[in-house]
Amino acid sequence: MSIVSITRATLVKDLRLEWRSKDAINSMLFFSLLVVVIFSFAFDPTAEESRRIAGGLIWVAFLFAAVVALNQTWARELRNQVMDAYRVSPAPANGLFLAKALGNFIFVSVLEALMTPLFVIFYTLRPLGPAYQLVIVAGLGTWALVVNGTFFAAMSLRTRAREIMLPLLLFPILIPALLGMVEATTAILTGEYSAKFWIALLVAYDVVFTIGSLMLFELVLHAE
Amino acid sequence: MVSVTGLIKQFGRFAALRGVTADFDAGRIYTILGDNGAGKTTLLRTLAGLSVPTRGSVKILGSGELRSVCHEIGYMAHPSLLYDELSAMENLRYFAQLYGESAEPVHEKIRGCAALIRLVGLDPELTRPVGQYSQGMRQRLSLARALINNPKILFLDEPFSNVDIRSAQTMVGLLKNLREQGRTLFVVTHQAALLNGVVDEFVNMEAGLIVSRSPQTVGAQQQ
Amino acid sequence: MKRIFPILALLTGAFLSYALYLALEVAPTEQTMGDVQRIFYYHVPSAWTAFLLFFINLVASVLYLVRRIPSADRIANWVVIAIGGVTCIAAFMVKQLPQGVEPSSVATTGIGIAAIYFLIRRYFSGDAADALAVVSAEVGVVFCTVVLVTGPLWARPVWGIWWTWDMRLTSTLILWLIYVSYLFLRRFSSSSQTAVLAAALAIFGALDVPLVYFSIWFFRTQHPQPVIGGGGSIDPRMLHVLLINWLAFLCFAGLLCWSRYRLEIVRRQVEEAQALKSLESVR
Repeated sequence: MSIVSITRATLVKDLRLEWRSKDAINSMLFFSLLVVVIFSFAFDPTAEESRRIAGGLIWVAFLFAAVVALNQTWARELRNQVMDAYRVSPAPANGLFLAKALGNFIFVSVLEALMTPLFVIFYTLRPLGPAYQLVIVAGLGTWALVVNGTFFAAMSLRTRAREIMLPLLLFPILIPALLGMVEATTAILTGEYSAKFWIALLVAYDVVFTIGSLMLFELVLHAE
Repeated sequence: MVSVTGLIKQFGRFAALRGVTADFDAGRIYTILGDNGAGKTTLLRTLAGLSVPTRGSVKILGSGELRSVCHEIGYMAHPSLLYDELSAMENLRYFAQLYGESAEPVHEKIRGCAALIRLVGLDPELTRPVGQYSQGMRQRLSLARALINNPKILFLDEPFSNVDIRSAQTMVGLLKNLREQGRTLFVVTHQAALLNGVVDEFVNMEAGLIVSRSPQTVGAQQQ
Repeated sequence: MKRIFPILALLTGAFLSYALYLALEVAPTEQTMGDVQRIFYYHVPSAWTAFLLFFINLVASVLYLVRRIPSADRIANWVVIAIGGVTCIAAFMVKQLPQGVEPSSVATTGIGIAAIYFLIRRYFSGDAADALAVVSAEVGVVFCTVVLVTGPLWARPVWGIWWTWDMRLTSTLILWLIYVSYLFLRRFSSSSQTAVLAAALAIFGALDVPLVYFSIWFFRTQHPQPVIGGGGSIDPRMLHVLLINWLAFLCFAGLLCWSRYRLEIVRRQVEEAQALKSLESVR
């Protein structure tokens, strides 16, 4: 029983569960749409300004939507105390963690894929720098959100006020990655400077915290 | 088989277990009785490895490292530990995967799950999600899930709670068979009457301690 | 212990007063900033004390986690020894150290890290290490708050702005946020293994710190910001007053930690006694 097989089995199971309860997906999609609209009403700049602030706007909007999605990570496991079944089994905790993180990554990416065209439309965005880098930044940034988010979601299961604890724990630790995501996106949109350093920072962040989460998740899973 | 020494479990200002010491033999059914708050569930969960004692030790099959014997342990409780949106077969197949890839090919494993579902009196072909089952059906399926890894020791926490008579009787019959196969069972329940004639020993708890143990005789006492 | 505490408290009070006197009267007035600059003698020692306390929290958290597994414990020992050794060697071997960094201070830091680790390991076992973690986090947050308050107070009259994203202020702010969230986790946890969760969070915070530094550093090179506190060399008389103040702050922090630690230990003992006793009367 390897981590890969547990990850695959759990991911497949989660995707199947998500597909069966399409209500949850639909409401999340609509929520992301609302977030974009609200932000666009709140910040209504001219075309020149928009490139400068769009990076920050977009990522804050993604963060907002991601937190709502992350809070649901373990909801099904909580309902019937399925966590106890995991804890009693010999399955490595890492497999479970990776599956949940990957599932969240897919889900949040879908949300981002919906929100981005809307932002482009509302702000008439056109990147002046290398656009392909935007995909890389999106991927790295989303993984940073999701890997720590999944870990802290599991931690906050053991607290009162569970839903506020997740962002409370996540946001401080996320700051360097957030800076990286925003600066990289702004760099690419404005074309004024290179995003390479920020991309490297995001890679470093992702590597450090993926390893950290994998090593510490077992402890968190087994803490009553 | 299972032995605990000086088990203390503290939750803040409340001690659920206040120094439990006991030995349990193989191949018997133990029923743990007591009032609410006596520590029955805490003891069971500590034995199953779900709860870390504040002090004291637990040894299962001679090992103090509970992670190394988890292949031999099965656990079920009042919540079903199942996914409401999946069918019975889908649930069991997933949990079977948690217990590892054995040398069996896939169709053997599927046959094994189907057999377990039939064993508890349910239909493996049923595609209805488990959330729509009655409580009795759910608990029976939960028992099937606990048996997936062919465990030597089973821990059951209030398995008959809110369960209809027929399901409960099916389960009791199963427990008897499991005992005949040489497994050890620990059952926490308020409905000791259901296990009359089947249980080997009553373990009575009060205020975090085992106050008495009564091997089953005709007309044995209940809490 | 009870008798020595008031004596130490008085001594620390006297020391702090002396340090304050030095800072307000004896230290020379700064050329450009004038007397407002004297807040520097509160701002900087508070920052160093806070960082030291957070480091102690990290060590205590790591110790709490690795002690539970003997193999991890051994590995951790060797890692710490390696850190101390490598830092010492590198301090004197590496030709090009970053500007303003002395080899001796790098070596001292390396040895200091190892020393703190083994001292805490020796004197604080299991639960005591967890109590130390709580204590150092709480007192650390207090000193961190002082830094964050004195920073803007200093910046506004001198540079005309309340805040700037300079290295020290920003990293202090982020550390403050991380540790306040740590305290919230401890307060809101309903698990009986809060210590484990908190230790994991402390380690995450520590992993974050170098990333914070790099991101702020690069951010500042791309978006030049005003510098608070000024870099460069410092008048030796000012350095002298600064160090005395730091020592006084350390004594004060030590006293605070000690009394809070005793409080925490006694609280745990009372809780345990109550838990075991509460049911005795039932029987």
